[in-house]
Amino acid sequence: MRRFLAGSGLTSLTALALIAMATPASAEVPESTDPIKIANFDWTGAVLNTKILAKILESYGYNVEVVNADYLASIGTGLPTGDLALGLEYWDTTAKEAMAEADTTGKTENLGPLGPKAKEEWWYPTYMKEKCPGLPDWKALNDCAEAFSTAETAPKGRYLGGPVTWGGFDDERVEALGLNYEVVHAGTDANLFAELESAYQRQAPILLWLYTPHWAPAKYKGEWVQFPEWTPECYTDPAWGENKDSAYDCGKPHGDIWKYAWAGMKDKWPVAHKIAKAYQFSDDEMNALIGQVDLDGKSVDEVADAWIAANQDKIKGWAGQ
Amino acid sequence: MTDTALTSGSRPIPWGRIGWLLLLGATLALGIWHGLLPWAADYPKPWVLPLAKQITTLFKASLDTLMPATRAFSAVLQVPLDFAIGLFAKGFPLGPGPDAPAIPRLSWIGIIAAVTLIGHAYGGRKVAAIAFFCFAYLAVFGQWNPAMLTLALVAVCVPVGALLGLFIGVAAYRNPRFDSYVVRPALDLLQTVPAFAYIIPILFLFGFTPVTPLIATVAFAMPPMVRATTLALHRVPAEIQEFGAMAGCTRAQLLWRILLPSAKPTLMIGVNQVIMLTLNMVIIASMIGAEGLGFDVLFALRNQKIGVGLEAGLAITALAIALDRLSQAAAEAKPALYRPGTPFHRRHPHLLLGLAILAATTLLGTFLPAFAAVPPEMTVTTAPVWDGLVKWINVNFFDYFEALRTFLLIWILNPVKLTLLNLPWLGAVLLAAYAGWRLRDKGLAMLAAGLIAFPALVGLWDKAMITVYLCFIAAVISCLIGIPLGVVATRSRWFDRVQQVVVDTLQTLPSFVYLIPVVMLFRVGDVTALIAIVAFAVTPAIRYTIHGIRQVPPHLIEAAIATGCTRGQILWRVQLPLALPEIMLGINQTILFALSMLVITALVGTRDLGQEVYIALTKVDTGRGIIAGLCVAFLGIAADRLLRAGAERFRRRLGIAARAGMG
Repeated sequence: MRRFLAGSGLTSLTALALIAMATPASAEVPESTDPIKIANFDWTGAVLNTKILAKILESYGYNVEVVNADYLASIGTGLPTGDLALGLEYWDTTAKEAMAEADTTGKTENLGPLGPKAKEEWWYPTYMKEKCPGLPDWKALNDCAEAFSTAETAPKGRYLGGPVTWGGFDDERVEALGLNYEVVHAGTDANLFAELESAYQRQAPILLWLYTPHWAPAKYKGEWVQFPEWTPECYTDPAWGENKDSAYDCGKPHGDIWKYAWAGMKDKWPVAHKIAKAYQFSDDEMNALIGQVDLDGKSVDEVADAWIAANQDKIKGWAGQ
Repeated sequence: MTDTALTSGSRPIPWGRIGWLLLLGATLALGIWHGLLPWAADYPKPWVLPLAKQITTLFKASLDTLMPATRAFSAVLQVPLDFAIGLFAKGFPLGPGPDAPAIPRLSWIGIIAAVTLIGHAYGGRKVAAIAFFCFAYLAVFGQWNPAMLTLALVAVCVPVGALLGLFIGVAAYRNPRFDSYVVRPALDLLQTVPAFAYIIPILFLFGFTPVTPLIATVAFAMPPMVRATTLALHRVPAEIQEFGAMAGCTRAQLLWRILLPSAKPTLMIGVNQVIMLTLNMVIIASMIGAEGLGFDVLFALRNQKIGVGLEAGLAITALAIALDRLSQAAAEAKPALYRPGTPFHRRHPHLLLGLAILAATTLLGTFLPAFAAVPPEMTVTTAPVWDGLVKWINVNFFDYFEALRTFLLIWILNPVKLTLLNLPWLGAVLLAAYAGWRLRDKGLAMLAAGLIAFPALVGLWDKAMITVYLCFIAAVISCLIGIPLGVVATRSRWFDRVQQVVVDTLQTLPSFVYLIPVVMLFRVGDVTALIAIVAFAVTPAIRYTIHGIRQVPPHLIEAAIATGCTRGQILWRVQLPLALPEIMLGINQTILFALSMLVITALVGTRDLGQEVYIALTKVDTGRGIIAGLCVAFLGIAADRLLRAGAERFRRRLGIAARAGMG
């Protein structure tokens, strides 16, 4: 909770001192002392990424400002107008439309993938396998609809979908695959995890939409439902797949997580732009970092500083030194 | 005229009631047999006006011309905000980079001492103690840094909002036409349109800067100041005005030297409201870039850290209670009188002492870190206890909650929802118009009909009905809980104290904090939304009931006692009937509070207008958000106007009844 504490603890100072010594300040960096504004979102992965990159850029002498921003509004208005310079986590699974629209303005630049793969799918805790041995195959879902039902959905099963704003075509999927389930939409993802936590504590039935990279699949033991693999045709062509008369008869698309910048960043802060473009993580690395914050209770500052101190060579490589 | 027809039955045929029956019957018939007049039952899609799209296009087109001005404006506001953030939270760095030397922020010990002194200066020991404990909470529970960021925002929002409100209020007072045609409708809209709806245009106009949440907060918190200003000026006794005129004051002198000073107590109530509403916006402001407690609450709850979220949420409450009591004490404090020639330090001992402590502790902070920042060893957290408590309740009592939830859904919520969803739109519009006509006049009839028809015209009828269903049930439950509690509070002193604390907490604790445990126990859905709405909307029902009963003239109660009434008879025959107009205003406020919670209910997955606004926010669709927001506002204004007309009619009738009783 003390993320914003200026200079929290000695670790951050020593870590920064390390970098400062390791990187000889070149004459032209920073090219501008105007603050580089990075959009900060309210999930751990994004907070961590923003923090780490901010600390790296600061070590190069840049003036960095971390701005709390609404996820889709940041790419819709913040980046095109230059109010924000960088946003590090735009997921294919939730921001595809917004990114496409930003691309058409020509005022933003796609800086390439962050690295971790985004996956979103129906998920259940392992203890549900006893009640429904056919899982993870989706065809087993109908046999155990009763097991997943609640008073007001019975005899249909209850599937807790994401907020309507995420899209996801779950209502269509249930229809197309002939699933005997009712889709209930959570308003925010906090509610998804509240219900999961509640059910998990009681070892009660639950079937819901989860996504990774996230701490939940690490904290709770469970599995993804295996639907027919997603292809673009599945969503557009009714003839494709299981149900010949309907689209959406498959799982959800996987995808990348993209970094976006304001188009003017390249000219205003070339070195920072270069670092941001090269900035990347692997799946496992990201999950481990998120776990350190959400499961082990370390502060974001602590985790960010430790990572920076341990990865000096990588960071130098990003800056091209 | 209609009054007498209804009350005394002096006319042989009660046309008013027959009208009601006919209309209701016709509406029901249309609702049951949709085929009778399909276009009157379900609003035909081709008739839907594409207003949302037009607004979006218009807004985007005008953006380029507007932006330079708004951006310049936000640059100006950035200056005081940066100063406040530096002063309270971050210090003033003298160079770039995190290690640059800096002028330090105010010491936390100094700030605690200063607020305690302010409390003492205005309100004596009691207020001093409240201020001390509230700010000590922030330090001890490790909330100091985010709380100071929030305080910095408040420190800029409140003066800006209060001054802006004051100027608009003065202008409205001087120009009644401006007041009734521009200011009042604008205030009605600002107070009923959900904040999410105007966040998108504000983001476009002012950009992703720390100033944007400030502007959104001012827009949300300013209206009560305008209302308080016009009210206060109208209430200044005519003699004082005449005195000013006789003394040869100019118009400006009259305003600044005479009217405003004599209106000060009511003006300070306005300032107090601005402070409270500012703190109400903290969470939403954090969604568009404000740092501080709001972001911490959201972040903790997203990660299922209920205890941490609760502590951060209570920090907002602590801040709100401290500022509320301080500003109330300041409003009530009488200026001390001194002989002319008393030296400055004698006249302002508190001020000088406070400044001295602030300076000293801040200076000490440059040598001793314990003065600069709260030492981590000093902080405690109770978060694991709360997490454990919620888990314990969840594991042991979930079945009971589930049974309650199922009962509510099957027997109350779903039937009402179905009924409302089947209600023909034309019937609803005509019923509203008829109610307006019966309660007041043709004007109100036209207004009510127009307001209710709007959601149908823009194609949001079903979502509007779900909104009505949620708010209606929530208002009924709030009244069933709140009015009896209010009655008890007037009869028991200790209960009155307890209820004050609870009501204060419910009004200032961000609903997000209790939303997550409620979702854990009641799952996602309408019941959870209902609980969140009731927890907030019950507060005016309690407050107005207490107010209504307390303002019953004592001589009437004495008269009742003299005639030998029992306590129960006094309550039912004297106090409650006479308090009814206030209680009706309380119900009116309950409905408006319920509507203002729609934004929150959208976050637990209801399919109402709140959700429409929320979708618009996440899709950055200006027009869609504004239209949905207007629908919410229009429903609220329609309910408000009809209930007010009803309360007024009651009051008129009671006036007669009371006089008759006294005679």
